[in-house]
Amino acid sequence: MVSLNAYLMLGAVLFSIGAVGVLAHRNALIIYMCIELMLNAVNLTIVAFSRFLNSLDGHVYVFMIMTVAAAEAAVGLAILIALFRNKPTVDVDEINLSKG
Amino acid sequence: MELLIFYAFCVGAVVSALLMVTTKRPVRAAMSLVATMSFLAGLYALLNAHLIAVLQLIVYAGAIMVLFLFVIMLLNIEEKEGKLAKNVFFIQLAGTVVVGILMVAMVVVMNKIGAPVAGAAVDETFGTTKAVGWMLFTKYLLPFEIASVLLLAAIVGAVILAKRRIDNSKA
Repeated sequence: MVSLNAYLMLGAVLFSIGAVGVLAHRNALIIYMCIELMLNAVNLTIVAFSRFLNSLDGHVYVFMIMTVAAAEAAVGLAILIALFRNKPTVDVDEINLSKG
Repeated sequence: MELLIFYAFCVGAVVSALLMVTTKRPVRAAMSLVATMSFLAGLYALLNAHLIAVLQLIVYAGAIMVLFLFVIMLLNIEEKEGKLAKNVFFIQLAGTVVVGILMVAMVVVMNKIGAPVAGAAVDETFGTTKAVGWMLFTKYLLPFEIASVLLLAAIVGAVILAKRRIDNSKA
């Protein structure tokens, strides 16, 4: 039996990798993907806790997080397409129209 | 045996996540993320979360990543070497260092959490579609309905945002 801590540590490592990606990349698409990775890491933590607490509530939470992630990806990518029409770039450093 | 599978999936997930973060090409990053999500689906199955494992493959590795690949290919972004690369390197370095400290802190804390009922056996129905569906339609009925409204709002929002605007200024 793999211990709970192993799963939690894997979740922490994956979350950190995703956070580094969000900070290090300038490409908006890759930043979205890194956010998805962070959501996945949290999902892993919730499922692991759910298994070791012997409670199914965590699975429902993960279900909800997946719903929100799907909605977020759809709306986020639509925003990116709308943005791309005004200015053909996905570099977040060049998207600075509301900068004072 | 279980430990072996766990470590294989663990290494696979971390390596493909690192591949995703270190590449500059969006398609390569997307395919690495598909690999990470598949490995995570394996880990969910290992945790008796059968429904979540299948949903992970269908919704995440399937639907969401297809959407990503679709947008990457629609936008057709060409590789251009950073003209704004003046102090990007230091920003990246600082970010990596800070998140590295955060990761060490998280791992130390995670390692201290004691398992509530370490390795307790779960009954056969744990994590099946029937069991999770029962929860969804009884205890969590209201959140379930709100989730459907959220998805509707997301569909409408995505269509309105991405559709081509009819130009009225010329009239």
